[in-house]
Amino acid sequence: MPKLTIDGIAIEVEPGSTVLQACEQLEIEIPRFCYHEKLSIAGNCRMCLVEVSPGPQKPQASCALPVADGMVVKTDSPMVRKARRGVMELLLINHPLDCPICDQGGECDLQDQAMAYGGNSSRYHEEKRAVADKYLGPLIKSHMTRCIHCTRCIRFMTEIAGVHELGAVFRGEHMEITTYVGKALESELSGNLVDLCPVGALTSRPYAFTARPWELRTTESVDILDALGSAIRIDSRGAQVMRILPRMNEDINEEWISDKTRHACDGLLIRRLDTPYVRHDGKLQPVTWREALTAVAKRLKTLKPEQIAAIAGDLADCESMIALKDLMGSLGVVNIDCRQDGAALDTAVPAAYRFNTTIAGVDLADVILLIGTDPRREAAVLNARLRKRWLTGHVEIATIGTPVDLTYPAQSLGDGPAVLIELIEERHPFSQKLKMAKRPMLILGQGALARSDGMAVLGLVRRLAETANMIQEGWNGFNILHTAAARVGGLMLGFVPGQGGHGVTAILDQASRGTISFLYLLNADEVNLSTLDRTFVVYQGHHGDAGAKRADVILPGAAYTEKNALYVNTEGRVQNTKLAVFPPGHAREDWKIVRALSERMGRPLPYDTHADVRARLVAVDAAFATVGVTPAPAAWGVFGEATSFTESLPLRTCHENFYRTDPISRASSKMAECAEVQAELESIKKSIKKGHHLGQEREDD
Amino acid sequence: MNESSETVPFFFTADNLKQAEDVIRRYPSGKQAAATMPLLDLAQRQAGWLPRTAMDYVANLLQIPSISVYEVATFYTMYRLHPIGRYHVKICTSISCFLCGSGKILQTCRDILCINFGETTIDKQFTIDEIECAGACVNAPIVQIGDDYFEDLDGVSMRKILESLKRGEQPKAGSQRGRQCSCPAGGPTTLKTED
Repeated sequence: MPKLTIDGIAIEVEPGSTVLQACEQLEIEIPRFCYHEKLSIAGNCRMCLVEVSPGPQKPQASCALPVADGMVVKTDSPMVRKARRGVMELLLINHPLDCPICDQGGECDLQDQAMAYGGNSSRYHEEKRAVADKYLGPLIKSHMTRCIHCTRCIRFMTEIAGVHELGAVFRGEHMEITTYVGKALESELSGNLVDLCPVGALTSRPYAFTARPWELRTTESVDILDALGSAIRIDSRGAQVMRILPRMNEDINEEWISDKTRHACDGLLIRRLDTPYVRHDGKLQPVTWREALTAVAKRLKTLKPEQIAAIAGDLADCESMIALKDLMGSLGVVNIDCRQDGAALDTAVPAAYRFNTTIAGVDLADVILLIGTDPRREAAVLNARLRKRWLTGHVEIATIGTPVDLTYPAQSLGDGPAVLIELIEERHPFSQKLKMAKRPMLILGQGALARSDGMAVLGLVRRLAETANMIQEGWNGFNILHTAAARVGGLMLGFVPGQGGHGVTAILDQASRGTISFLYLLNADEVNLSTLDRTFVVYQGHHGDAGAKRADVILPGAAYTEKNALYVNTEGRVQNTKLAVFPPGHAREDWKIVRALSERMGRPLPYDTHADVRARLVAVDAAFATVGVTPAPAAWGVFGEATSFTESLPLRTCHENFYRTDPISRASSKMAECAEVQAELESIKKSIKKGHHLGQEREDD
Repeated sequence: MNESSETVPFFFTADNLKQAEDVIRRYPSGKQAAATMPLLDLAQRQAGWLPRTAMDYVANLLQIPSISVYEVATFYTMYRLHPIGRYHVKICTSISCFLCGSGKILQTCRDILCINFGETTIDKQFTIDEIECAGACVNAPIVQIGDDYFEDLDGVSMRKILESLKRGEQPKAGSQRGRQCSCPAGGPTTLKTED
């Protein structure tokens, strides 16, 4: 390993690292704009100059300079200081002095570094260049005159997001960052450009001119709008969540989050349930908590257990699910289910419903088989990880199911479940590749399970995992990709039908026939409620979405930014959301609502404090005691039905529209705008395809 | 970018498509991006300029992202992003041509065509542009029209060239003073006799 001296300190670093990385190991700050550790090295801002000997007597860009044995690096010599001051002066030549009206002000790399490394005044009196602003979609506001051409945005879009749409056109002083055609970026990760941009050229459009960073209170939390549980930072002011930013978590999201995670937060203010309601004469009337809970308790007392059912939805937290399960248990109710999309998830062993490889484990896989899933829409950040894996090379990616655009090439093996049998029996050409693989993995989507023969599909995929050597000592290549943050938690807590109980489909069927006359919806909005005319529906949740619309009693709960609650991500990792702002009006933390209801019914649940509920969770599953850590590998077992599939329909992916999947994103006007733009882009794409038939012909020969 | 850039339909003619395929075949598979510049040139020769549809067409032909083609096409000044006249008159005004009278050449062009640098005549026949050194200093001043260099110019010969172009003729390229290539202007200075 090369040994070098930096500012008089000797250090030994990995061969192939750069001088900048070596400096970082010693915690010596090197200013930079274009360098970003997750992106390729560009070396074009020249801010990271250091003095290196031996070598030419001139400063060198440390970000692009590999370490060599015996190097002597100075990061704070007069030469370095002068060079950086010169670079800064040149960077500022065309940069407008509009910090007071710039949204980046207060969290701007250029501002900070100009203070630290720049000169004290400008010698430039000539005219500055001006660049027309570019349209990059509803989420990104551009002010291109501020651009310093670091090209981080281009590299992010090309490398991480896999969407080749941004580029640098023209040259020299006339260079501009643009899509050239003025259309929205077609990526679910475009919001990250705002974080990457070291100046105020790309800023967040929804957040524009709403707050200054020093006014915000920061709360570190996790996201629940998909099942990955990305680490986020909630910035709030007063009672309002102003914006959501990513936090580093190398195990899950590295430092990216999807546009939905980031920008659905305006939905937290819209269509909120802030007071309990009871339906009188067909109309929902606001009532007190006492009246609402009494109405529910009264109705529950008149019913037999088999007439009662409860469904937990996509955003329910573990505390409320265990409380509701315990309450239903005390009433003898067995008709409970947390799989509101009807996905056939087996709770026989935890390995059957988890992302066993772990998200970070994707980096090690050499064959990846995607079954009935579109990770780009179902878990955008995971898709970036898969793309990263593909970029590293030596990997085969294949899909079974309806074709999707993943931003990386994937071989389509077919769309129906018949392919699974061919693979199990090693009759498919791809079987060879599976056989050769050392660490093969598969990702099974909810779309493949949410069908009437889902259990059979699950069984087939389990057998495929076993025959394709995906289950090895220290490696489990069987993965379920969930789309709901609540699902794994619900399954861990056993929020599934008890002995003789009904699942979601049967509950709804029985309810429409009148056999079930009471339905408790805990954050469940994505079930078909259109046939429940005869059912008494209680909806507990935070948004006036589908569930609240049909409800007879509404119990207003707290959204994920308003409660300290546990969620389990698709890997089985238990994580904690934090209270950033208080729930609006009379809305309460969800487990407390269920606890209050149990009190009203005269069957108080045996926990009074949050700590008690957590203790109860740990009693059900010890995994709840360790928050935030990678879960221990789950034991393998037999699950799924051993029968063959009965429907030859294609294995469909489950998200029709990435931007509108849950009550929060459906309430968000920004997400609505994104969905609209997306639809427009789709139609443009179709017309372009038609226009280029000549080019297409060439491909054919 | 003007309006028509997005609407002008563009496809290679059968001949050009064949040529384009020959160009693409010069490069190893997977490296078709290398053919971007020759193909853009071919497209420009066909259409006279590069509408966006042509860039998209080239990108589609090479199976590379459109933005990569836009980057190349905007980087080089010899790719024209706007429609130009049939004859593109590029006047060198760098030092040698300047000293030998490029000012006079420019004045002649202005007088005859009634346009300035970067402008096109109303009949869409001529566009004049200023270029940096064309690398023909020995024969200065020079003007490039299409692919041809017209050298050793003065006001009179420039006028003749433009007028014959107007008549639709093809004036003789090269030195307008009749010297051979870059021979000394006053005739040979060495090897005058046979021995």
